This record gives sequence, structure tokens and C-alpha cells, in this order.
Amino acid sequence: MKMSLLSRSVIAATALAISALGMTGALAQSKPAELKVGITTFLSGPASVFGVPAKAAAELYIEQLNAAGGINGVKIVPTYIDEGVGADKLLSEYRRVVQETDTKVMLASISSGNCNIIAPVAEDLKVLNIMWDCGTEKVLEDKRYKYVVRTQANATTEMVATVLYLLKTKPDLKSIAVMNQDYAWGRDSWELFRNTLLALKPDVTISAELFPKFGATDYSTEISRLQALRPDVILSTSWGGDLDTFVRQAAQRGLMKTSLFVLPLAESSLERLGTTLPDGVIVGSRGDHYFLHPEHKTDAKLNNFVKKFKEKTGSYPIYSVYHMVQGLDGLVAGYNKAIKANKGQWPTPEQVAEAMRGMEFRGLTNTVKIREDGQGLEDQLLGITKKTAAYNFPTLEKIIVYPADLITTPVGQKSPEWVKTIKPELLNNPRIKQFN
Amino acid sequence: MPQDLYILAILDGLSYAALLFLVALGMTLVFGVMNIVNMAHGSFYALGGYMAATLGLWATSQGLSPAWSLLILPLAAVIIGVVFGGLMETSLMQRIYSKDPILQLLVTFSAFMIFEDFQRLVWGTQPYFVSDIVNYLGTTEVLGITYTRYQLMLLPGVALAVFIALRSFLKFSSVGRQIIAVSHNREVSTALGINVKRISLFTFMVGSMLGALAGALASPTVSWVPGIGGEMIVLSFAVVATAGLGQIEGALVAAILIGLARSFAVYLMPEVEVLVPYLIMVLVLLFRPQGLFSVAQARRV
Repeated sequence: MKMSLLSRSVIAATALAISALGMTGALAQSKPAELKVGITTFLSGPASVFGVPAKAAAELYIEQLNAAGGINGVKIVPTYIDEGVGADKLLSEYRRVVQETDTKVMLASISSGNCNIIAPVAEDLKVLNIMWDCGTEKVLEDKRYKYVVRTQANATTEMVATVLYLLKTKPDLKSIAVMNQDYAWGRDSWELFRNTLLALKPDVTISAELFPKFGATDYSTEISRLQALRPDVILSTSWGGDLDTFVRQAAQRGLMKTSLFVLPLAESSLERLGTTLPDGVIVGSRGDHYFLHPEHKTDAKLNNFVKKFKEKTGSYPIYSVYHMVQGLDGLVAGYNKAIKANKGQWPTPEQVAEAMRGMEFRGLTNTVKIREDGQGLEDQLLGITKKTAAYNFPTLEKIIVYPADLITTPVGQKSPEWVKTIKPELLNNPRIKQFN
Repeated sequence: MPQDLYILAILDGLSYAALLFLVALGMTLVFGVMNIVNMAHGSFYALGGYMAATLGLWATSQGLSPAWSLLILPLAAVIIGVVFGGLMETSLMQRIYSKDPILQLLVTFSAFMIFEDFQRLVWGTQPYFVSDIVNYLGTTEVLGITYTRYQLMLLPGVALAVFIALRSFLKFSSVGRQIIAVSHNREVSTALGINVKRISLFTFMVGSMLGALAGALASPTVSWVPGIGGEMIVLSFAVVATAGLGQIEGALVAAILIGLARSFAVYLMPEVEVLVPYLIMVLVLLFRPQGLFSVAQARRV
């Protein structure tokens, strides 16, 4: 008797829960009290050098957006999920946030590996997923998604821009060595870089390809070997502690005097490395973000944000911070466009995902366009380090900004093949903007 | 491979082996005496580095000469060993000496995770580094390749000095002999009037100190990030297992073996570099499951 009473109440509760679910479904079109947004970011592990500042940026920027009325009067309420817990646990957390808290919009994620596993799940769950920082070009080239968009460039755009900048800076290079982290990004970025470089300059010799362990702490053997080889150029797409350690050990042993260093992700290490990083190193920023962006450095939106971010965290924003703001700005722009298309009615996630394609919006720097395959076209900024009296870390000079559409694989093509077809004429395209 | 490169590979291998040896030494010492594989040992490595960086930053802000680092680095190790090693031994280890090995592993592993979060709480997630000492000591050219004197001379020098000091301490001092006695048999040692509790605490502190010293010595050349301790546990365990648990000389030889193999791999087959320590471990354990230097049954420090 007692059992059946219990089971009856369970059934009743379930029925109630189901009807509640049904009701939210029916009411989805009317304006909600708040817009729940799930955000995955690294709060633990080595990649928290990106994730923690990005979370600070999200807190700051969402507060700012909400103070200005949110999206059409609807406030954004974020839930943060730690990416550092590993893929399986992240996925179950992701599902939990979507299903238990009825969240229909997600910003995920930093890690390319995580984007690869989350994209199909987002599609299944029918939630709008904005890939706000991950770089793998494969995720949107291998499969078409309806609910998944990316508000920034991919690895191809970043690597092609880096090769172009390198060839502009050192057109006569003869040899190059690479030292990347031994995981998907390190390997994939090198494949793209190498194919692009060899397409534009087939006579370059590849002196060494070194892939030390992710999280390695000692590069002395690699540095000795590189010193013995003396390649003209040393490329490393490493980031975070690995990059800092490599740069420090290389600088301590004079390797940076004998070879030109190309560090496409070093914008995120500039302030930490301080004066350890010598002048004359090619630095990229995974986009066109930089607090001294030549076209935006007097812009109120950028300056205001940089100032507030510095007050909150004590540091200048790094690329993951700009990507977070860009993801949120993209979300707001997408909702605004969808609301308009929906005649002022609150849109479904599906309508927003639809509206975001073909849309142009601005984060903190140049505008980003989202293509029909969901891929964002984000310009790329590179420069060369130079110490000045104004900052206690090197800033960038000889900045070049590359328009994204010139250097991104066209819709429907695959990057590893497309980069092989790049022609040297691209180097002198008049739309590439050079600053001093 | 040209002959010059052999010399370079040996130099690189030795400086790497030096740090590896110090970490493994602490782990093997603790195992020798307490018969526990301390999974939290990597945390002492991480904490040592963080403490050294913090003290280094303070010294820089006080305008002290980088030469003071030579004092600060060991000081950081002593602080970590005494405070955190002492805390862990008295609050956790004492309760589990007679427990099941699986439970011991789980308890020390949870201590490792607690320490990991503690580091994030105190030092945050951004990398730390203070490298003044390396620049202060300058560089040396060997066969046209620039080496920092810090890695070429200081690291192997310290490792060797620690090895000799520990060896003679265990052999000639009264406390050292008591440690060896406890490592052979706890009950008999107690019956002989040795304060086993005190010896265990002392050994654990010294073991932790060695891990922390390796961290402190590594910190001037490495950007210190969360999670750095986890890497070290695995590697030092490979050294300790190759040598045979509890073997001090063995740890020295195994560390050099792994260090050299790794640096030769970078020259000859960079693809297998990451695998090398584990390949060696697997090969050794296949043929000698008790490790290279363990004599069956008779356990020594």
C-alpha cells in the first residue's frame, strides 16, 4: 500500500513535470523573462590561461549588456561549465544544462576537440551553439550543421595569414623548423602552414619537425638541436605555459638571435612574457584583436572595454577575451536580426541560428561576417614585437591586417587541399592593409 | 648523426635527468621507508616551484641580487617539505600505513587533487616565472651551441650533491641508520627502541623536500602552470619503477638512462620522444618485474 502510494506520487510528479515541459514548449514564442546561456570555458587545466580571462570577460560584458537592457529587454543569465573536466564529463554537463535548466543557447567551446564532439550533440538537442573560440576548420567543413555557428575564424584563416606575413617579412627564407605541441592543434596547424608555405614557396627546406609532449617543461634538447640546424625560421603554434616555457628557454640560450621566430598565438603571452620576448618576433592574435589595433585604438567601445577589463583583472585582454565578447555580440546581433524577421516576436533558437547566417556584426574590432556554412569571416592581424617605453612588455609594430575572405577556404571545399591552390599573387592583394 | 651531436645529446640528457632524479629520489625514499607509493608527490614538485616563484618575486621587489636565488630555491623546498609534507604525514599518512595498498593509493591520490585545487586557490591559473638567476649565471658555448650555465652545471651539480649527501647521511648518521632499520622492518625497529613515528615523519618531510627542491630548481626555466605536478608523478614513477621501488642508486641510474634516451630520441627519432620513458619502463618490467636494481625480498632504502 505504501509502495503504491509512493509510486503513484512519482507518476503524478512526472506527469506534472511533463506538462510543465509541454507548456514551456508552447510558450517558446513569447518573450521569456530571461535568456539562459550556457558557456563552456576552461576553469581548470593548462588552458585556463584562456578560459579564466574569458570568463571574466563574459561576466563583465554580460553585466554591461544587461545594464543596457539585454536583448530586446530580456536579460542574459549565464551558466558556466568547466571544459577542463575532460570530454565525457563535459558532454554530460552540457546535456544537463540544456535539459535540466531548459537552456536553449550555448557558447561552446575553447578546445577544438570539444567543439568536434559538442557540435553533433547541439544539433541533436536542437540548441543554438555558438563556437566562440575553437579553431578547427574540420568541424564545419566535414559536416553541415543547422544549429552550429562560429563567430570567429578557423585555423586555415589563421595559418594562411601567418604564412603571408612571414613571406612579406622574410621573402628570401630558405629553411624552416617547427616545434608544436603534440596534439591535434599542433599537428593540424602545421599541416596547414606547411601546405600553404610550400604552395607559395616550393623551394623552402623543412629542417626539423619537433612535436614535444603537451605540457612539456624542458625543451633544452630541442633547442640544442635547433641551434645545431640553424634554420632561418622557427615556427611554433604552441600556447599558454608551453609557449612561455619554450620562449624563455630559447631566449636564455640565444636561439632567438639566430633564427626568426614565428609565434601565431603569442598575442596571448605578450604581457606575461614581458621583456623576455625579444624584438623582431612575428606574433599573431588568432583574429584581428589587439588593444592597440591601428584602426580601432581610438574607438570608444574597444577602449572602454579594455579599460574595464584591466580594472577587473589587472591585465590587458587576450584573444580568448575578444572571442568571448565577439561570441556574445554575435548572439545579440543574431537575436536582433531574428526578432526583426519574426515581426517583433521572440524567436526560437532555430530562427536565430538561421538569422545568424549571412549576418554581419561587430565585436570589439573589425566586423565579422558569418557565412551560410556557419563559419565566421574574421580578419587576421599580425605584427612584429618591439619594446617601447610606454609598456613593460613588447607591443606590435609593422602591423598587417588580412581580410578574412581572401584567406579562408571557400564554402564546400576542404582546407588541406584548398591551401595547396593558393597563388603567390595573393601576397600583393591591394585589400591587405599595412600599418606602421 | 655527427659525433658532436652525441656530446650535445648527452649534456641535454644529463640536465634533464638531474631534475627527474631529484623527484624520483623523494618518491623512492618514501616508498622505501613507508612502503607507500605517494601519488601526491608531484604536488610537492608543483608547490616547490610556486613557492620559489613567490619568494623570487618578493626578492626582486626588495631589489635583492639574483644570487640570493641560490639560497631562496632550497629555502622554498624546505618550507614546502616541512609545512606540507609534515601536514600530510601527520594528518593522513599515519592513519593508512597499515592499510590496504589500494586504499593508500586512493588516499594519496585524493591528497594530490586537494593540493591541485589548493594551488589554484592560492596562485591562480596564470603562469608564474622568475628567471633572474638563469640570466645572472650566464651562458657557456659548447661546440657552437649556447647552454645556460644553470642547466649545464648547477642542476647536475645539485643533483649529484644531494645524492652523495643523502647516501652518506643514511650510511653514517644515527638518524640515517634508524631510517634504514625502519625500512627493513617497522615492528622490529619499534622493538629495538626506534621512534618509528618520528622517523616516518622525518623521512616523509625529506622526501617531500626533495620533490619540492626539484620544482624550485625547475621554476627558473619553466613557466609554472596548474597541472604541472601531474606530469611529474607519471614520469618519476616511470623512473622509480624502472629502478625498482625503494632503490636510491637505481633511481640515479634510471633517471640518467631515461634522460639520455629521451634526448637521443629528439635527435634521431623525434616522433618517439614522448614514448621513450615508458618504453624503457615496459621493457625493463617485462624482463625484471621487480625493477633493474631490486633484489628480491630484501628491501633497502
